[in-house]
Amino acid sequence: MRTLRFLLRKEYLQIFRDRIMVAQLLLLPAIQLALLANAATFEIKSARLVVVDEDRSATSRGLVDRMRAGGRFELVKSTTSAERADDAMMRRQAGVILRIPREFERDLVRTHTAPVQLILNAEDGAAAGVTLSYAQRIVAEYASELAATLRLSTLGGEGPVAGQGRLDVRARGWYNPNLDYRFYMVPGILVQLVTMVGTLLTALNIVREKELGTLEQLNVTPVTRGQFIAAKLIPLWSLGLVALTIGMLVARFAFHVPMRGSVLLVFGTASVYLLAALGVGLLVSTMVSTQQQAMFVTFFIVLVYLLMSGLFTPVRSMPIWAQWIAQANPVMHFIEIMRAVMLRGAGLREIARSLAILSAIAVGVFSLSVRQYAKRAA
Amino acid sequence: MTRADPAVTASSLGKRYGDVVALDDVTFDVRVGELFGLIGPDGAGKTSLFRLLTTVQLPDAGSARVLGLDVVKDYRAIRSRIGYMPGRFSLYPDLSVEENLRFFASVFGTTIEAGERLIAPIYSQIAPFADRRAGALSGGMKQKLALCCALVHLPELLLLDEPTTGVDAVSRREFWDLLETLRADGLTIVASTPYMDEAMRCERVALIQHGRILDIADPRTIGARFDRPLLALRSAERLRLLRALRALPDAHSVFPFGDAVHYADARADRDGSTVAAGLQRVLAEQGIRDVQVTPIEPGIEDVFMELMQRAPAATA
Repeated sequence: MRTLRFLLRKEYLQIFRDRIMVAQLLLLPAIQLALLANAATFEIKSARLVVVDEDRSATSRGLVDRMRAGGRFELVKSTTSAERADDAMMRRQAGVILRIPREFERDLVRTHTAPVQLILNAEDGAAAGVTLSYAQRIVAEYASELAATLRLSTLGGEGPVAGQGRLDVRARGWYNPNLDYRFYMVPGILVQLVTMVGTLLTALNIVREKELGTLEQLNVTPVTRGQFIAAKLIPLWSLGLVALTIGMLVARFAFHVPMRGSVLLVFGTASVYLLAALGVGLLVSTMVSTQQQAMFVTFFIVLVYLLMSGLFTPVRSMPIWAQWIAQANPVMHFIEIMRAVMLRGAGLREIARSLAILSAIAVGVFSLSVRQYAKRAA
Repeated sequence: MTRADPAVTASSLGKRYGDVVALDDVTFDVRVGELFGLIGPDGAGKTSLFRLLTTVQLPDAGSARVLGLDVVKDYRAIRSRIGYMPGRFSLYPDLSVEENLRFFASVFGTTIEAGERLIAPIYSQIAPFADRRAGALSGGMKQKLALCCALVHLPELLLLDEPTTGVDAVSRREFWDLLETLRADGLTIVASTPYMDEAMRCERVALIQHGRILDIADPRTIGARFDRPLLALRSAERLRLLRALRALPDAHSVFPFGDAVHYADARADRDGSTVAAGLQRVLAEQGIRDVQVTPIEPGIEDVFMELMQRAPAATA
């Protein structure tokens, strides 16, 4: 016990002496949250629109005006030539082409239907989807407006059209009424932060002693492997919680992300989760011999972790095999719990299942890596 | 352990890493209070031998006792009674001189003050830099600090793996002076080195190559084992001299040696000065006229070269 105390004192001394480490710990949460929460958004602010109005009627102009009015589309060009519009798309001057065919107004009056064509640059499928939904909404609104005045029933292709005898859907977003993307991202980013501290710093810290040769020196002292591991992991475990605290404060006061559940529950979960994160770091340290290798291996693991975690895309939309892998991913469970507690205000009962799985994974990974470490260094 | 028991006993030690044989049938002992040297080129197996004696790795064959304790069974007891300095400078560069020393004292359950007796003469030399980070010390200073860290818990046996590699000549000499002082205090020391001048300061040396001990002897009398006439030759045309000597039918071995060339004759019964006269004549006939030939007493390096030449290369 006395030896452990001396080892711990040395670890903390080294951590606080490392200015870069301290700066990272304080700044990383703030910078990461600021960047990811603001830059990583699915919201489309202004899609560049080219209009090919071949009809040049009052009705077609009305549609164009409404497209421009919402602020979602920016009219960059108006032309009568479809080729020129295609060209603008190719040169990335435009992301959306709205083509209103000749006889648009006449068809509308005569047959009560008329097509309009919407062409999107779908290189980025997700962004195109969002743009399409904005456009459809505008077209639908315009259609119902026309229906009222012209007594027409359909305008455009698919999409819900409001009108007489139709269902009127009033959507309301619970837990995040303004559909603020940041609220969804921030808890996940906090998890990613704790993962980085727990896994990367653990691997680097232990491998550093290998590189320095001090590990060899310590092996020839009465210090046991258990004491060595404990002295390495306890400080990093506490650093993980410090990083989380800073991140939570930034989230709360800079981004106004709600904290509806119990803070204690968040930290309790983080404490358990950190066992898994530290365990992976320890495991990496047994596999490599330089800090550079440790960095590469850790980044690879964390990347797979994050992609399979539901941070960016929902786990439920993954194929079945990927969902199974995700179930074994501690990051996924931690993110789920964080979102549940912070945004929905879930209590222990609501997160019990996730927490149980997370604990099982954490204990499993941790004991496996400790055993692996002891074996390798014997 | 009684006084007469050796500090280290190795019996037929063997160690391999995959297909590489690091140690093969190594048997030797180190007497209490002795300064024992391990001499051999890089890759000879010196570091592997230290790893086994310090209980960091297990032998594949044979056994070893350190301070009367078995390296496999009693590793824990051994670790608290030996001091070890690995080849590479391995202290914490981000901790100060004093913090490093205090740390290593604490993991042995002791204090700097308790280790005073042994480290005082060495520590006094680095004490003015007690607050400096270990990473900012010069090579010689680092090495002294490492020695302090290995001595602070008052070990009975000190193991040093190439302690002076990468250190300047003056610091090397100072360091060996320190070792001799420690030995005079009764500490048993085992040190490996690739330098022959350092080997001369040991009481006994073991010559190691390809994981095998070629010979164990007193470095001052080891020359007696060289049983052929040996000559040192000097010429401005050294390369030509080397080639000419190697082509001679009676040449046993020819090695460049500092600014000279050492030539051993195959005719063991000949007298040195007779061989010298013969060589002078033959070389003059070949046009190398400025050559000076002197019969010399063989040194430890000559013996080592001779033993290395005789020993077959180890195969896995």
